[in-house]
Amino acid sequence: MKLISVMLGGFFGAIARYSIGEWIQTSNGFPIGTLLINLLGCFLLSWFLTFLTVKKHLSAEFTLFIGTGFIGSFTTFSTFSVETILLFQNGLAVYGVIYILVSIILGLMFAYLGSKFAYINEEKGETQ
Amino acid sequence: MIWLIGIGGSIGAAARYLLGNLIFTKKKHSPFPFGTWVINITGSLLLGLLANLHQSNDINDGVWLFVGVGFCGAYTTFSTFGYETITLLQSNKKFLAGIYVITSVILSITTAAIGFII
Repeated sequence: MKLISVMLGGFFGAIARYSIGEWIQTSNGFPIGTLLINLLGCFLLSWFLTFLTVKKHLSAEFTLFIGTGFIGSFTTFSTFSVETILLFQNGLAVYGVIYILVSIILGLMFAYLGSKFAYINEEKGETQ
Repeated sequence: MIWLIGIGGSIGAAARYLLGNLIFTKKKHSPFPFGTWVINITGSLLLGLLANLHQSNDINDGVWLFVGVGFCGAYTTFSTFGYETITLLQSNKKFLAGIYVITSVILSITTAAIGFII
């Protein structure tokens, strides 16, 4: 059941990534689609996994469906690597360096904010 | 067409889950996230190779969407990489977090370039 949950989440995560990537069209060659997907995914996964460590009401299957399956497949490292190579290959080395730095710095900031956000929610829940 | 991406994505997610668990059981006592590290580097190599084959029309759009966008995209993950780095930082393992980020980025991009060139 666990593997099926991961696969089902992966199915929808990959489709969501492709659909959003198609929807966000880039005019200047900068891979803004993958960037936004990875940043959003960093926030969501950190929020979700931190939320789980605070409140453990969810089943393992649901956790794997959302976390490992959907969000894990929604974000991608290989596309980030290949897009960087393509930017360098097309003579857009400055964009390549900016893409790497922005992905890493903002990605980690979004992951940090996600985990902080989970604690804020928890504190509010306790006082209400 | 969208089905190819979905099915490729489900196989990629399964491969990440199974390989991640396998590496985790072998490296149980190490705080370094070897599973995601190996997955992101090998997936970048494969996608680099596929991107080159797709550009030169050696593979058709269907294979690209199924293996490239679906499988490789879902097999590798940026969100887990971010979460693991933050977790290392929060448990005050700053050096390991730095090594994890720098080696993930450099080795993934290098292997993608190797895949793209060969």
